[in-house]
Amino acid sequence: MSGTATLATSARVLSQLRRDRRTLAMVFLVAPALLTLFKYIFDHQPQTFDRIGAPMVGLFPLIMMFLITSIAMLRERTTGTLERLMSLPLAKLDLLLGYALAFALLAALQGTITGVVAFGALDVPAAGPDWAVVLLAIANALLGMALGLFFSAFATTEFQAVQFMPAVLFPQILLAGLLIPRDRMPHALEVVSGALPITYAYDALAKITADDTGSRLWLDVAIVTASIFLALVLGATTLRRRTA
Amino acid sequence: MNSATAELRQDAAIDVRDLHVRRGGKPIVSGVSLRVLAGRVTGLLGPSGSGKTTLMRAVVGVQIVERGQVTVLGEPAGTPALRRRVAYVTQAPSVYGDLTVEENLRYFARILSAPRQRIEEVIRLVGLGGQTKQVTRTLSGGEWSRASLAVALLGEPELLVLDEPTVDVDPILRRELWQTFYELADAGASLLVSSHVIDEAARCHELVLMRSGEIIATGSPDELLERTSSAELEDAFVALAEAA
Repeated sequence: MSGTATLATSARVLSQLRRDRRTLAMVFLVAPALLTLFKYIFDHQPQTFDRIGAPMVGLFPLIMMFLITSIAMLRERTTGTLERLMSLPLAKLDLLLGYALAFALLAALQGTITGVVAFGALDVPAAGPDWAVVLLAIANALLGMALGLFFSAFATTEFQAVQFMPAVLFPQILLAGLLIPRDRMPHALEVVSGALPITYAYDALAKITADDTGSRLWLDVAIVTASIFLALVLGATTLRRRTA
Repeated sequence: MNSATAELRQDAAIDVRDLHVRRGGKPIVSGVSLRVLAGRVTGLLGPSGSGKTTLMRAVVGVQIVERGQVTVLGEPAGTPALRRRVAYVTQAPSVYGDLTVEENLRYFARILSAPRQRIEEVIRLVGLGGQTKQVTRTLSGGEWSRASLAVALLGEPELLVLDEPTVDVDPILRRELWQTFYELADAGASLLVSSHVIDEAARCHELVLMRSGEIIATGSPDELLERTSSAELEDAFVALAEAA
């Protein structure tokens, strides 16, 4: 592994994104726009928006990065660039960290923009510090990236890759407690949600929103971090030097 | 082994012994043994589906093989140390379509730790001087393949494995590319070049004829003509295929 190859990969991924202006515009504008929409549909029920507003700021990057990573990796596979990279003196970790670094930067920008709109213009309440929400947004983006990287290995077409989003992420978001607290779900679903990483990503955000910075928050953060590494390791196993 | 054969062994850039490869349960390469001499341009000829690409992938070390030995530059194919010494150009050009030619080369040069001036050299070698700032996706098919070839030349590899490198290339440029191949061979590099175009066969120092996953003949173009008492290589190939 070498720092040069990691940085070169990040720079390359960012150059590719820079050329795709429409994607960039959507990455930065869709989340604030949706959040605005949420604020107004809950106009007569502000307590709901107050509860889910800040967590949504932190969850958007996860969804976005999952999608972008799964398509980007699928492209690397289908265009043969991944095969070329695997035949070059490039460590798998260089490739993974290169992507992680580029997407963390993108997530930081996206999280900041969404955060500024949410906390500055939409009065999203967060009892805890706003920057903590943005930091969690970056961590969640990396979780989304790592999951996207892993699941892209199971897609052979872009149609399939796009559908992994509703298939893999939506159930986790539904079970995370965003719509209804986990302890009010049927017991079986509550148990299942306990095994899903997004549950902890949401829980950390909800804790910050309620300014509950107790030990549970740090456990959540630890579980999210461990999930990122686990998904990255699983993702690395899908990068093969030799294929059939 | 007497000293003459020992010397020959050393001169082999590629030494394949009884290689068997299956893809999707079907035998693609069946018992191929082959020696490719160092410092020569060796043409791998055969109809599409004859196993040329699979054999090349095994030489590069990206193919899962059923059994057999593939030794490249004295080491087992796919050994990490070979990733700097062997370059592979797939039939479908594997460069990033959303980067310019120069950006692609800059990225791969950093991975190969190639000096910056090498980028200009390879651009000149493949005749893409006028397209360096062009986004690769917008290049013609032939130009796109040449961009992919340029990447392979960056690291000044000792062995170049080229899968149909001159498809869609106009006759003048094709002649120039072959001149480049000869110059690389003169400088000591070994080249394995696949083609299904007969007129390219005459340009190679050595030929390997494949059919249905087996090698049916090897030798220089003159030797093959002589062996089959043919005036044209095409007739020689037909005679050899019928005899096989």
